[in-house]
Amino acid sequence: MENAGLLTTAVLFLPLIGLTVLLFFNGKTQVENIKWTTFGFTILTFLASLVMWANFDTSVAGLQMVHQWQWLDIQVGGNNIVSTYYVGVDGLSMLLVLLTTFVMPIAVLASFSMHVLEERGRQKLYYGFLLLLEWAMLGVFFIQDLIIFYVFWEVTLVPMYFLIGIWGAERRVYAAVKFFLYTMAGSILMLIAILYVANVTGTFLLPDIIAQVQANPNIWNEWSGAASASDVTGALLFFGFFVAFAIKVPIFPFHSWLPDAHVQAPTTGSVILAGVLLKMGTYGLVRFNLSMFPEQSVQYAGFIAALGVIGIIYGAWVSYAQTDVKKLVAYTSISHLGFVVVGIFALNSQGIQGATLQMVNHGISTGGLFLVVGIMYERYHTKAMEAYGGIWRIAPAFGAVALIISLSSMGLPGLNGFIGEFTILLGSLGSTYLGFFFTLFATLGVIMAAVYILSMFQHVFMGELKVPHGEDAGTFSLNLKWNEVAVLVPIIVLIFWIGVQPGGFFDVMNASTNELVAHVESSQTEVVEANPVETNAEFAYVGEPVTSEAAE
Amino acid sequence: MHMDSYANLIPLVVLVPAIGALINLVLGHKLGERISGLVGVTASVLAFIFSVMIFAYLSDPAVVTGMVIDPVALFDGWVRVGSEAGFHVDIPWQFRVDTISAVMLLVVTGVGSLIHIYSIGYMHGDPKYGRFFAFLNMFMMFMLILVTGNNFLMMFVGWEGVGLMSYLLIGFWWDKSGPVGWKNSDAGRKAMIANRVGDFGIIMASILIFWTFGTLNYYSPGEVANTCYVLEHAHVISEEQAEHGECDMEAVNAFAAGEADHGEATEEGEHSEEGDANAGIVLVQDTEGGGEADHAEEGTADTEHSEAEADHAEDADAHAAEGEHGEAHMSVEEMTNANFLPGQMGVFNQLSTLANLDEGEEVVWNLDANGNAIMRGREVDFGPFSTDISVMLFLIIFFLLLGATGKSAQIPLFVWLPDAMAGPTPVSALMHAATMVTAGVYLLVRSNGFLAFSPEGRFLIAIIGASTALMAGIIAMGQWDIKRVLAFSTVSQLGFMVAAVGVGAYVAAIFHLATHAVFKALLFLGSGSVIHGVEHGHHHVHEHSGHDEHHDDHEHPFDPQDMRNMGGLRSRMPITFITYLIGTFALSGLPIFAGFWSKDEILLDALVHGSESTHPLDQLAGFLVFFILLIAAAFTAFYMWRQIQMVFFGDPRSDAAAHAPESVATMTVPLVILAIGATFIGLINVPGGAWPFTLFYKEHEFSHFLEASIPSVTTGHVLSFNWLVAGIATLFAFLAIFVAHSIYAGNKAVRGEHGAEDGRDPLQDQPSTSQLFAAAERRLYWDDFYFTTVVRPYQRVAAFLANVIDWSFWHDYVHDKVIKRGYDAISGLLANPLDIGLIDGAVNGIGRLVNYFSGRFRTVQTGYVRTYAVVLLLGVVAVIVLMVLPLIPTGS
Repeated sequence: MENAGLLTTAVLFLPLIGLTVLLFFNGKTQVENIKWTTFGFTILTFLASLVMWANFDTSVAGLQMVHQWQWLDIQVGGNNIVSTYYVGVDGLSMLLVLLTTFVMPIAVLASFSMHVLEERGRQKLYYGFLLLLEWAMLGVFFIQDLIIFYVFWEVTLVPMYFLIGIWGAERRVYAAVKFFLYTMAGSILMLIAILYVANVTGTFLLPDIIAQVQANPNIWNEWSGAASASDVTGALLFFGFFVAFAIKVPIFPFHSWLPDAHVQAPTTGSVILAGVLLKMGTYGLVRFNLSMFPEQSVQYAGFIAALGVIGIIYGAWVSYAQTDVKKLVAYTSISHLGFVVVGIFALNSQGIQGATLQMVNHGISTGGLFLVVGIMYERYHTKAMEAYGGIWRIAPAFGAVALIISLSSMGLPGLNGFIGEFTILLGSLGSTYLGFFFTLFATLGVIMAAVYILSMFQHVFMGELKVPHGEDAGTFSLNLKWNEVAVLVPIIVLIFWIGVQPGGFFDVMNASTNELVAHVESSQTEVVEANPVETNAEFAYVGEPVTSEAAE
Repeated sequence: MHMDSYANLIPLVVLVPAIGALINLVLGHKLGERISGLVGVTASVLAFIFSVMIFAYLSDPAVVTGMVIDPVALFDGWVRVGSEAGFHVDIPWQFRVDTISAVMLLVVTGVGSLIHIYSIGYMHGDPKYGRFFAFLNMFMMFMLILVTGNNFLMMFVGWEGVGLMSYLLIGFWWDKSGPVGWKNSDAGRKAMIANRVGDFGIIMASILIFWTFGTLNYYSPGEVANTCYVLEHAHVISEEQAEHGECDMEAVNAFAAGEADHGEATEEGEHSEEGDANAGIVLVQDTEGGGEADHAEEGTADTEHSEAEADHAEDADAHAAEGEHGEAHMSVEEMTNANFLPGQMGVFNQLSTLANLDEGEEVVWNLDANGNAIMRGREVDFGPFSTDISVMLFLIIFFLLLGATGKSAQIPLFVWLPDAMAGPTPVSALMHAATMVTAGVYLLVRSNGFLAFSPEGRFLIAIIGASTALMAGIIAMGQWDIKRVLAFSTVSQLGFMVAAVGVGAYVAAIFHLATHAVFKALLFLGSGSVIHGVEHGHHHVHEHSGHDEHHDDHEHPFDPQDMRNMGGLRSRMPITFITYLIGTFALSGLPIFAGFWSKDEILLDALVHGSESTHPLDQLAGFLVFFILLIAAAFTAFYMWRQIQMVFFGDPRSDAAAHAPESVATMTVPLVILAIGATFIGLINVPGGAWPFTLFYKEHEFSHFLEASIPSVTTGHVLSFNWLVAGIATLFAFLAIFVAHSIYAGNKAVRGEHGAEDGRDPLQDQPSTSQLFAAAERRLYWDDFYFTTVVRPYQRVAAFLANVIDWSFWHDYVHDKVIKRGYDAISGLLANPLDIGLIDGAVNGIGRLVNYFSGRFRTVQTGYVRTYAVVLLLGVVAVIVLMVLPLIPTGS
């Protein structure tokens, strides 16, 4: 088991080692070496994470492959301040780790032929940032210590900020700053909440905190150290975390930074952003909000899921009216992640497992869509939908691949997107906290997805052939490069794999999710036992079956 | 084992077209037309052969108690979510073929194979030849998944799959140049979105079904769908054996009379499960006697309360058969599903247990992990709600119906089907008209177990079906496009089937589905032959007159599908004409032809449903459906005869029609085959009393075949031929043909001066009918209605949300103006005092950051990177300080 823990650390630090190796190359003359070294290290990380997956014990609910090392232990006026490097995976993070290590080689490979890199140079810096980003994202999913988690969370911002700011499109600086500040604003609230949590529990270690919450679900409101502890405290802490994650997801109405970031980011930036970065938000909701604040999660489930449902419909609707292909895809993310939020706050196994799988699915299909858009952008040098048309005429196979990715994003049964969406919807209807009407409106997103995706596909791939400026319609062809083909293949494979055989993916999550659900449920019952009168009044609308309404 | 080997055919049926599609998809452009076509046709014909084998196996009376091929699971499960509270999700990839599926298999692969063969000729010379056959094969594959899946979710895979293929096939010629190509892709998109609305219903229904029953499976392995039927057949077998002196009929009768007790029963039996089987039977007796029975057991042992009396006798017979003849396929226990607790069964049998409970009554529904009983009553909990199962059922049926209206083109979602005809080929049109659209009817018939317990649901279905039948019949009168007439005719006939489901005539619905598939395939292929001929005539004329074709097309686009350009084709295309005429007779329901028998059965069933049902809604539905369908049938005969007159009689109204040649053999041979089918296929289900046909055909053979899979139909329910109803229906049809003949015969629908668009229908010139015709021509304004109430508002709201709310307001105003300017103002106030108090580096860092806000910052320079690093470091320091500060004890 100790070796298994080292494996986790190895996966986490491989990108950082790669970054160190990169420093020894000459950024001007050894560009090819830099490219391949980066690719090699991301592949190595991916392989190492596959070994983790192979060693993953699906019957264990808690963390496994744990590696810990106490790095900070200082005495301040009789109090111990302890911070521990504590990494491990469980069912909630395993798939996201795999997603990260899967997306990164694809992103690196896609960069090989990116025009903007040739144009603006600084390739060493660019690939360095990619490795730094991978390290930081893996850290977010591995780390179980709140303060180190926060550091990793913030570090992810830095490389992404520069990826957008240096290699982005026309309004890149604006988009980069907005992205940075928006996320930062949310993180500050989380930081405050983290410090308060640490004060209440006396530890930064998440497993310890959860154990304390389990022992006393009302811990946040009862802490004697606070001058003004009240019922509001728990809610404030909950929302401190929630807002930080909601901005990252982004949950409506915190989404304003997303279209800017996506439209201005280079293709790789968008792929990583959609593929992994946004999932940090939804992962945070599951990992921190649900487990540390089960009581508040139940209390605000309806409210947050309503935001999710609004996001589903709003994102899909707004997406349909877009004239910029990348912006269109960006808004679909809001719609898709709305499903994830609904699934999480269904607070049952179906919902949370569907949501986690949907995080992976969204990473694959939306990442794939951004790759497709990127490939076309390299030829057309515009994102305006009206500039495209009839691409299927000259590129039958590419058109077919784009269609499959679009259909996966639309949720066609037999492909990956459907599995996640269906399981989420199943969860939301069966959830004690949501129910029929949430499901009804969320399911409308299924129709609306068809509307925007098919409209996009028709305009870009069907109709009369439109060629880039200066190209001859008779001779124009996409001339796909080898790396552009290579990045699409694994995406197509996964789309079918998860669509037809998702069982293995569900198995990974099963034990951990069930424990989390039980944890959330138990907080409910204990509160009721401890304080029946008050809580009954408080939770009447969620806990009790609404018989009178249903009887109508 | 014998049975297993047949079961293994099912995945093969699906796999063969999949392989064909894959070959054509990957190698299509390299293979060339001949090989591509051969691969496609071979795949579909092989699937057809396997389907025939399965069908033959199922219709063998020797296996009648086995009746249904057990599910075959593929792969390692599918969607599975273990859950400690509530239901455990486990939805497998599982095939199951019962007699309904077997009929669908035959229809899909049979008609499908003919389409494949026909396409060889029709698609000749198309650059995307290989891709077309790949799509056809994939279409077939999804259709086969749809009808062989054992759960609603797998059905949905096929359901959406055929939707996708129809999207691709309708829009197959999206790459035609100019607006035609765009129109084709639009038609495909419209079909997909309309179907997606229906899919919304299927998803909702599936989810509701899951939370009601804890499963999406139709039946569990080993479960019997129609217990009564199987028991009865066991009885039949024992009688046959009795005739040969092998069966002790005295013991059977004695048991039936209830004189046998446990002791005797066990003496009779040799099998270990005999005792349990008796227990089941005895409990049924208890119910009849005292009504104090354990309902849990009762529910499993007997699904049909009303038939309890009959069952009782049959149970005994079956028991005897079992006891005396060990070679019988199933024990009584197995025949009555007594092995299962309700929660272990599929949705339909579970439902019949739960819905038969009284208010407040509970049964042992299932066992939990520890072996403790889980009790359930009529209450269904879903999320925060809880309701009686009948309410839940209505919701489920409502959403299923919504799905069916999408795929089977019923009100309100039928609008996509006529547009699908504007798409490229009669072949793809036919795929939709004869094959895909039956999916909705199949789904409803498959769900008959739900309908049996929901009069409101039945009523809704009946009304939707009947009104669609009538409405589409009216619209078809006013269409000029030869395929569009057939498209609306299809909508109308699907309405007949749906209405039939609504009045509980499930067998009649499937019967009509099968006959309709044959004669509508005939008509569509015939129309394809006509269009092909007229197109060739058009080219012929142009080659000889030396016109510049492009120029001409530009001025007067020639539409080879417009019936105003036709006329007098009977002598030019004799085979097409004769076969088309037969198809028309069959569709109009003239005696002997296929449509006559199936339509008559629907009408008769509706009438009997109306007069014999006890629920007022059923009575109303029965009579309404009977009268509306009678009128719709008259419309059918009318518009078909109008079409015959306009296409085949009179003088040619265009040069193209005058020079149209007969089609090639690959196209006419399928026509002849289908014409023979359209004439005779109705005889597979000749009703009793229909002399002289009963001399040659077994009565109601088809009904008996299907009943094994339809629990709601009890044996003995089949109706004899009713001369009066058949006479009235026939009279209506002949009358309509007579009226149509008097209006259209003699070349009265002529081409106008400026081409097809000016051609006028005699009805247009009659003041009394001109308005009706105008409305019919505009499809009763359905499309306009949707455009103004749904499409345009949707687009407007989208544009408003995107441009005004999301961008101008939320993005530009709130974020870039309010928040940023507010921040700027505050920072301006704070900048000076703070400047003085802080260290240089930090000042620079913050100042730069503020600069970002103000938008004054232009490029990212290396200097900034360093500064930023300093800020980050400061941030970390600040974090640690903040972290430490609260822990420092204050005072004490």
